[in-house]
Amino acid sequence: MERRTLFPGRLLPALLILPQLVLTVVFFLWPAVQAIKSSLEREDAFGTSTEFVGLDNFTDLFADPLYRAAIGRTVVFCACVTAVSMGVALVLAVLADTEIRGRAFYRTMLIWPYAVAPAMAAVLWVLMFHPQIGLVGAWLNRMGIAWDYKLDGTQAMALVILAAAWKQISYNFIFFLAGLQAIPKTIIEAARIDGARGLRRFRTILLPLLMPTVYFLLVVDLVYAAFDTFATVYAVNGGGPGQSTQTLVLKVYLDGVVNANVGASSAQSVVLMAGVIVLCALQFRFLGRKAVT
Amino acid sequence: MAGLKLDGLRKSFGSNAILKGVDLALADGEMLVIVGASGCGKSTLLRIVAGLETPTAGRVLIDGRDVTDLDPSARDIAMVFQNYALYPHMSVFENMAYGLKIRGLPRAEIRAKVDAASALLGLEALLERKPRQLSGGQRQRVAMGRAIVRDPKLFLFDEPLSNLDAKLRVQMRGEIRRLQRRLKVTSLYVTHDQVEAMTLGDRLLVMHQGVPVQLATPAEVFERPADTYVAGFIGSPAMNLLPGRLGRNGTRVTVAGTDIDLGSRRFDRPDGFPVVLGIRPEHVVLDAAGTTWPVEVVELLGSEMLVHAGRPGEASLTLRIANGTPVGDTIQVAFPAAQLHIFDQATGLRMEAREPAYGSTRPATP
Amino acid sequence: MPRRALNLIPHAVLILAILLFALPIWIAIAGSTQDSAAIARGEVSLVPNLSGLGVYRDVLVNGSAGAGPVWRALLVSAGMALAIAFGKIALSLPSAYAVTFFRFPFRMAAFWLIFLTLMLPVEVRLIPTFQVMSSLDLINSFTGLTIPLIASATATLLFRQTFLAVPDELVEAARIDGAGPLRFLRDILIPVSGANIAALFVILFVYGWNQYLWPLLVATDPRLDTVVISIVKMIGVDTATEWNKVMATAVLALIPPVAVVLLMQRWFVKGLTEGDK
Repeated sequence: MERRTLFPGRLLPALLILPQLVLTVVFFLWPAVQAIKSSLEREDAFGTSTEFVGLDNFTDLFADPLYRAAIGRTVVFCACVTAVSMGVALVLAVLADTEIRGRAFYRTMLIWPYAVAPAMAAVLWVLMFHPQIGLVGAWLNRMGIAWDYKLDGTQAMALVILAAAWKQISYNFIFFLAGLQAIPKTIIEAARIDGARGLRRFRTILLPLLMPTVYFLLVVDLVYAAFDTFATVYAVNGGGPGQSTQTLVLKVYLDGVVNANVGASSAQSVVLMAGVIVLCALQFRFLGRKAVT
Repeated sequence: MAGLKLDGLRKSFGSNAILKGVDLALADGEMLVIVGASGCGKSTLLRIVAGLETPTAGRVLIDGRDVTDLDPSARDIAMVFQNYALYPHMSVFENMAYGLKIRGLPRAEIRAKVDAASALLGLEALLERKPRQLSGGQRQRVAMGRAIVRDPKLFLFDEPLSNLDAKLRVQMRGEIRRLQRRLKVTSLYVTHDQVEAMTLGDRLLVMHQGVPVQLATPAEVFERPADTYVAGFIGSPAMNLLPGRLGRNGTRVTVAGTDIDLGSRRFDRPDGFPVVLGIRPEHVVLDAAGTTWPVEVVELLGSEMLVHAGRPGEASLTLRIANGTPVGDTIQVAFPAAQLHIFDQATGLRMEAREPAYGSTRPATP
Repeated sequence: MPRRALNLIPHAVLILAILLFALPIWIAIAGSTQDSAAIARGEVSLVPNLSGLGVYRDVLVNGSAGAGPVWRALLVSAGMALAIAFGKIALSLPSAYAVTFFRFPFRMAAFWLIFLTLMLPVEVRLIPTFQVMSSLDLINSFTGLTIPLIASATATLLFRQTFLAVPDELVEAARIDGAGPLRFLRDILIPVSGANIAALFVILFVYGWNQYLWPLLVATDPRLDTVVISIVKMIGVDTATEWNKVMATAVLALIPPVAVVLLMQRWFVKGLTEGDK
């Protein structure tokens, strides 16, 4: 899409766009190029010299069973977070979209978790599920269920998934509700006259018309689950117990910052970059080029 | 006050020619209406005059000065847009004053000019309102006011009435006409509505596919359409256009097996020359001695009714007759020679008879 | 089932959802007013103890084990959120204006360059960005905390979307009125886009307030701890966690972004859903 009416001139627009470009190059492109560069290099043990090693960091990476396990774990984590947050949000949006009283109230009460930081989501869920002090965690233990996410990897995974999904429900809810409200009332009325009711109407009319929103959120949620949840996972257990909640983003941080293994961490960064690019390309395909051109 | 002259204007987007050469001259104070179906290039023409679009070739002269390369703001023009284009965050007063403010006029002078224009348009009570608090007709008036305060050499109107409902449109039409007459500002008015064109224009320019097809007074365009396109476009319901052939040394036309007399007119073409015979629905008369046509549908308009007659797969004919006229399954009609328009079937152009026709009077051009 | 009873099901489900959403917050609010030792024994009550409200003053002034006074953390968070929100708007608005309202060489290249940053979240360029910051000597500074987060494509894309929706006639009317590009930007475009700017402000404020990874990495100085960093530090102290203080800090940390979202709800929802697609 282009505008019909334009202003003449070249210098002014160049000046207007320059600050943004400078920051983009210095803090985005340059580091990205550096990441690619150092993913192809290796430092010696004393950090005094680096040599070019080609794709060695990558072959090492994919040969590492710990990394491969982290990939699998990340896939499970992302899939669960996305499925839970989208599923719950869709149900709530459909209910809130029906002509019931208090719709505005429900919307207000359901969107506030959007404002909760991923790290704060972790804190709130820890306060609920802490094995000793958490209302729910302590209760589980009193009921004879051995609940301790600090010891049990599966429980830790379940907790971070729930905390991460909980925070994202609001965002999905906002979009689903907007998507549902954008469907012309006349189409719904036509479907009613055709006799489509309840679930059938949802499945045959609403859901197909909502698919653009579904695809959009799918990509947004996957990106959220893959990257933004660093804070959630890190704040709950720092990736533990063991490696049980170490997703790929956590590994980039732990290997690069904590263990200072720059080459391996950079290779992981490049792998993640490739992942985002694939997700963005998917979004492009699903939504056409509408968002960009 | 000033005139407008367009010199060989052309506009193409890539290989797509929108305007294929337009020459035009407006007299000082004249209101010229450009009319045509959507996509005929009329809006592009207006936008080129405004300076919002650059012509591929040709020149625009306002008051004798070549403004082709000037910025819109340097052309001393004002424009009224279809969707009014009022600044939504400004009050009525600010909307009208904005152009004057940019030009650096003193406050008192701006105030005086806006007051004068709003008095002219009956907007005095609305000056502090925002556009969203106004009705469609009021917004339209503000858009006019914004044009008037500037006291421009040229008014440009881009379908200014098409967002209004039918009743308001008639009222605003009259208002625009009165204002323009009173202010005597040269005006170019673009519309797709032929009624608007007929009522507003001193002259009409009918455009079709980027080409001006007829430039004349409304009466002449109506009475002597230059080709079948104009004939079909101007007038509602549209003129009946029936294919036929000339006969008897160009004095008669055969249409759908009926022989029609052309009165005293004689066309200098061989017998059998393919033509199109045009007659307006209100000119077809019922005549027991005439030809028989089967009736398809009768539509009641109020004081009149429309009869659609015709033979399936062949010619169809629309009549406008007084309500209450008895109509059966068939009607007998005659085509008065004086009301007939003859067009060349191949080119669509109007054909002139050898002797001057007594039916079509040519009014004096201003 | 009768129609009337059927109509109650949506209400019931939605109310249940609201309660579940609010439960963690309520636990934090109620818990913050109770005795830390009681909480540690797992005896947290859902009824707030009003005499325990003094804990808020306490954490604000003194902080808790593992982190400094919360007032300073709140100040850092607010500064960071505001700097990021205003910085992004100040940077993105002109650049979106340039790509939408002008034609200039490499316009699309510049646009794609900015667009590309969508694909480079801070998490994937963590260490190299850190290295850039350290070579610019911006580690442990407020500038370092904010500047790298100010450039991003999201705001530019949202503004571009907004600007594309401005009717052409409005621009034309302004041009005929004699407004140049900067005047049009100031007098017409920015006021007309007010609601979208407000919406974007909400999104960006929340984004800035909620940052965790970048501050964790670039600001090791405890005086630059944001409130989000502080609270994670507090719960990380495993032995003597002062739970009531943790909960009070959590409540304090949530109030500003939640308030901004709720107060500007109408614009925010509209801007978010209209702009992003």
